[in-house]
Amino acid sequence: MTETRYTKDHEWVRLDGDIATVGITDHAQTALGDVVFVELPEAGRAVAEGEACAVVESVKAASDVYAPLAGTVTESNADLAADPAAVNKDPESGAWFFRMRLAGRDGFDTLLSAADYQTFVQSL
Amino acid sequence: MAEADETLTVPLDAMHRSLGARMVGFAGYAMPVQYEGIIAEHLHCRTHAALFDVSHMGQAILSGPGAAEALERVVTGDIVGLKPGRQRYTLLMNGKGGIVDDLMVANLGGHYFLVLNAGRKHADLAHIRDHLPAGVTLTPHFSRALIAVQGPEAGAVLASLAPETIGMRFMDAIETTLEGGRATVTRSGYTGEDGFEIGLPAERADALATALLTDARIKPAGLGARDSLRLEAGLPLYGNDIDETTNPIEAGLGFAIGKRRKMAWDFAGGAAVRSAHDNGPARRLVGLRAEGRAPVRAGATLVDAKGNPAGIVTSGTFAPSLDAPIALGYVRADLADDGTSLAADLRGRPAPMRVTPLPFVPHRYAR
Repeated sequence: MTETRYTKDHEWVRLDGDIATVGITDHAQTALGDVVFVELPEAGRAVAEGEACAVVESVKAASDVYAPLAGTVTESNADLAADPAAVNKDPESGAWFFRMRLAGRDGFDTLLSAADYQTFVQSL
Repeated sequence: MAEADETLTVPLDAMHRSLGARMVGFAGYAMPVQYEGIIAEHLHCRTHAALFDVSHMGQAILSGPGAAEALERVVTGDIVGLKPGRQRYTLLMNGKGGIVDDLMVANLGGHYFLVLNAGRKHADLAHIRDHLPAGVTLTPHFSRALIAVQGPEAGAVLASLAPETIGMRFMDAIETTLEGGRATVTRSGYTGEDGFEIGLPAERADALATALLTDARIKPAGLGARDSLRLEAGLPLYGNDIDETTNPIEAGLGFAIGKRRKMAWDFAGGAAVRSAHDNGPARRLVGLRAEGRAPVRAGATLVDAKGNPAGIVTSGTFAPSLDAPIALGYVRADLADDGTSLAADLRGRPAPMRVTPLPFVPHRYAR
């Protein structure tokens, strides 16, 4: 069973067993505009919670993407190198950024629920 | 002048919002940065035509006996020799040879029409007025609207509204009737494409913009596309690529110094500019292309093939027409030749870049 949670940095985190898939939200891609380049972490990299580990570039600016929780990167989405614009078209599914094995499951429950994230976005 | 925390609005503010623009603060104004998306707007301008609201820029009229001679004290261009009906790009200078602003000056017959950068217009007024003799006046018309129509189909669209524009060539300037009132039309712009800039009273801006956008060939474009278009065209942006510390020679703007002016060097900062011209500048503004797809942004430092400091990037973006990153930057004069290999610092890693001839995308002016 999978569950999706969100961060205030506009990432979504989908947990399947102890593997979390991470991407940026539809709100984030709208705010960024046309995505032209994505830099992703290599498999095997250990990341701390809140560590900048990916970069998404629009025409105008570069933005960091942060590890939502501590863990080890297991895989990144190679398709985004060839088609970064997929981030604009399918941000919350096909255009995931990376997968990571969480150091622990507990932190996941502290992330925002879908409803709480929507409330947060509307407050901005 | 406005208080720092007071955001000004352009006359077309409501239209931008109704068209779905994302508004951002720029030079004290709420301005549209994009509508449907920067890439789509950029490409539409290159293939058809785009409407840009640049009403934040400062329009001003210089008049009085000896106005051209007076302006020449602080600008690099030949203003005395500028014929009625013609416009010229020129540089407003400080006493040290630095650039106070880059601006357009048009001779409208009897008076001169100036277009100043938004973030500089108040400083420009004060600086120019410091050098004016009695009888020559510089009058700001900062509440007027300025609408740019740019792209290969701009001429055909505007011809249907103002037939007098048909015979205009690049850098021609006229006063004409448009949407029931007077307007100043120049055949110029900031995209590298053919096009026009139209100055008119704020209250008629909406009628003109509406008439233009009724034509399916024209779409609105924001400041985002304006920046990527000008960078592809190799045109410097004041505040990024040129400022009070840059010299026209190192900025590659020697063409903006009139032939007669290069004999006398009798403008503010002329001695310093002459020195850079005669001895060669220590650094030069060059075009740069990156090898990968990652954009290299303003502020990135550059090193040469041996890893020694080479310069700094002053503008960088992803070029929609080239589907590749491009940049402008200052490099040591010995590294300014086309094809020179450099590396930019990209998040702590070296990104290979190559010095590239400007413009990146050829200009298509109606000469």
